[in-house]
Amino acid sequence: MIDIVLLSFLAVIALAIVRLRDLFAVVMLTGFYSLLSAALFVVLDAVDVAFTEAAVGAGIATILMLGTLGRIAGEPREHRERPWLPMLVVLITGGALLYGTLDMPHYGDPNAPVNLHVVPRYIEDSLAEIGVPNIVTSVLASYRGYDTLGETTVILTAAIGVMGLLQGRRRKTPGSKAPPASSNKRPRRASGVTGMLGNTMQHHLILHVIAKLLVPFILLFALYVQFHGDFGPGGGFQAGVIFAAGFILYGLIFGVNDAGLVASPATVRLLIAAGLLLYAGVGVATMLLGGQFLDYSVLSTEPIKGQHLGIMLIEFGVGTTVAATMVRLFYLFSR
Amino acid sequence: MIGAHLPALQVVVPLIAAPVCVLLRRPRLAWGLATLINWICFGVATALLARVLTEGSISYPLGGWAAPWGIEYRVDVVNAFVLVIVAGVSALVVLFARASVEKEIPAERIYLFYTLWLLCVTGLLGMAVTGDAFNLFVFLEISSLSSYALISLGPERRALTAAYRYLVMGTIGATFILIGIGLLYMMTGTLNMMDLARHLPAVAGTRTVIVAFGFLTVGISLKIALFPLHSWLPNAYTYAPSAVSALLAATATKVGVYMLLRFFFTIVGPYFSFEVMAEGGLLIAIALLATVFGSVVAIFQDNIKSMLAYSSIAQIGYMVLGISLVSVTGLTAGIVHLFNHALIKAGLFMAVGCLAFRLRAVTLQEIAGIGRYMPWTMAAFVVGGLSLIGVPLTVGFISKWYLVLGALERSWWPVAGIILFTSLLAVVYIWRVVEAAYFRTAPNRGHPTRFQEAPWSMLVPTWVVILANVYFGISPSFPIDIAQRAAQALLSPLP
Repeated sequence: MIDIVLLSFLAVIALAIVRLRDLFAVVMLTGFYSLLSAALFVVLDAVDVAFTEAAVGAGIATILMLGTLGRIAGEPREHRERPWLPMLVVLITGGALLYGTLDMPHYGDPNAPVNLHVVPRYIEDSLAEIGVPNIVTSVLASYRGYDTLGETTVILTAAIGVMGLLQGRRRKTPGSKAPPASSNKRPRRASGVTGMLGNTMQHHLILHVIAKLLVPFILLFALYVQFHGDFGPGGGFQAGVIFAAGFILYGLIFGVNDAGLVASPATVRLLIAAGLLLYAGVGVATMLLGGQFLDYSVLSTEPIKGQHLGIMLIEFGVGTTVAATMVRLFYLFSR
Repeated sequence: MIGAHLPALQVVVPLIAAPVCVLLRRPRLAWGLATLINWICFGVATALLARVLTEGSISYPLGGWAAPWGIEYRVDVVNAFVLVIVAGVSALVVLFARASVEKEIPAERIYLFYTLWLLCVTGLLGMAVTGDAFNLFVFLEISSLSSYALISLGPERRALTAAYRYLVMGTIGATFILIGIGLLYMMTGTLNMMDLARHLPAVAGTRTVIVAFGFLTVGISLKIALFPLHSWLPNAYTYAPSAVSALLAATATKVGVYMLLRFFFTIVGPYFSFEVMAEGGLLIAIALLATVFGSVVAIFQDNIKSMLAYSSIAQIGYMVLGISLVSVTGLTAGIVHLFNHALIKAGLFMAVGCLAFRLRAVTLQEIAGIGRYMPWTMAAFVVGGLSLIGVPLTVGFISKWYLVLGALERSWWPVAGIILFTSLLAVVYIWRVVEAAYFRTAPNRGHPTRFQEAPWSMLVPTWVVILANVYFGISPSFPIDIAQRAAQALLSPLP
């Protein structure tokens, strides 16, 4: 029942995003969309995913998109074409997906192929083989730990890509180009995220007090999610984004310059690389100790202790790279 | 000890080098590291190929977990060959890149450029070496993201829109591939390629698997820019930095075609791909359209890089054509063309990169009479062009020869005719460049330094690739032998 409500909300928001012309409202709606998706993931018992979706989709991504809006400053040009061909492609794709569901096993069917082949071993043996109660963590960090190394590399790639695009590229200062024609609707936004939000927040006493109260708890919660990932939902990705969200909140309220005093862009860049190096370094260490790449069992005399140590280290590497990447992106977009 | 870890080292070495490169920051240091790592990768790839040729396929369980519970690296003749192509081209192009990149990219971004380069190579090698369908997707993401970013670093502002367009199309392609893999997982409960191949026949007729097959086919076609899903490619290759055009044209689409081979032949199996889904006829038609369309449009391009880009669309058509013949000869043609086209396009894009080093733009107007001032560069272009056309004694001829043989085996005369016809179209567009460079008089050029030949650090790698075009054209037994073994391996039923 609750699925249907959530799904129909998602559909309504998606349609609204397509229809709306005001980019500011679109960005806000994508934030709602992510929050609702996160709720849906909770209903589906995928709490680990929900964590990330809530922090990234509803939090950081929204801020980065607002930052982009600030940089491009201006209203979208009116498009009055009728995109029939894209519509047709979308309909065919949707139709194909629906057609594909016809022979799918039912959700939660114990006899579905997914539940009969590799999953039983994960469920039955992971506690004995890896010693971590959270099976998601076992699969993510050990059985398929190499995928997670790849995903962390994707995060690093994104950071480097955006640095290549934005670093050193000065935005045109307002006034250097002809003023946009349609800037009369809304007062022209100042530059960047901080321009859009921060400057006006510098003097809000309530926001300052609330943020000062909240930020330590958010950071502490991030550390809890980081190190408790073995037992409950969580791990490096979730902890990284939550930590970054707390930090970005601080930057938004107190200004990027103050945030930069805590962690300078150069430090953050170092941390992006260091996290991935820690992860890959664990793999190299396991190779040198005579195991396969990322076989944590060789890290200690007892395989389970080795697994535990390996997982803790690589999760910390993931958390470092993810948090540093998010902060670095925030810095880049807010200049 | 190192020998046993070769499959993992193939990917892990550049993966670790990338974050190190971020920390180096100095342009020359970053280039030095990228060069060293690329040559190590090439060494590992050749060692792997040598081992696979003598000992058969190698399996490496990552994390020590046996497949299908863990991720497996699985190297056989097919992907060992692809690894050598990717690593070899990248190692040569990175030598060429130093001077070219220093000219085209601001100094403070050069270390980011080489980091992205290493990441791109990591992604491409990771896609080729893996035996796990989801792991393939993860490395596809690494290679795609880094390619978008590399293209966006191009010297002109239009590089940004080209990269953005590629980002949108590439992301749709990747999403389709992910949906396909997800549906296959749903129906079989496994992600390991060999395991998928064992479990799929039982559920092959279900609508879910059919839809998965469709999504995978469309997704991969987007990634390899198969006509009519090619629209991202021309601008991406035209506005990318010269070295990136050479790297991507020679490697990215090749790995995409390899992905197609893996899914069609290893995972789903040729029987399902071509008999049940009747994919063959459709693919042949599309491939032929691609060759004609790409070649015709290439004739009308004034920018030499976009001419080569449209020619790439035609060449991808040849590869897919060879594959969709579903015979040993056809597959051999397709696979050997992976190798040959990598040599051809790397050489040509590097020659154009040499031109771009001296000229404002690489258009037919700008290169008028340049043959006299840059004789080595233009000679390289001409030899590469002859190879692209398929003149005997070049690798291009070998590809076309096997392709025509494959078509004639099935006595499809019109197909053979179209292959010859499109080769003639290639003569036309290559001739337009030759004519402009040698037979038109140079306009009054302002500054004498612009007349000079490109620096030797760019010319030598270019000529190495060009001479490889001739060498493997005269004695093609090495690539042909491997391609034949790869084709037989793909067509033979699973052990």
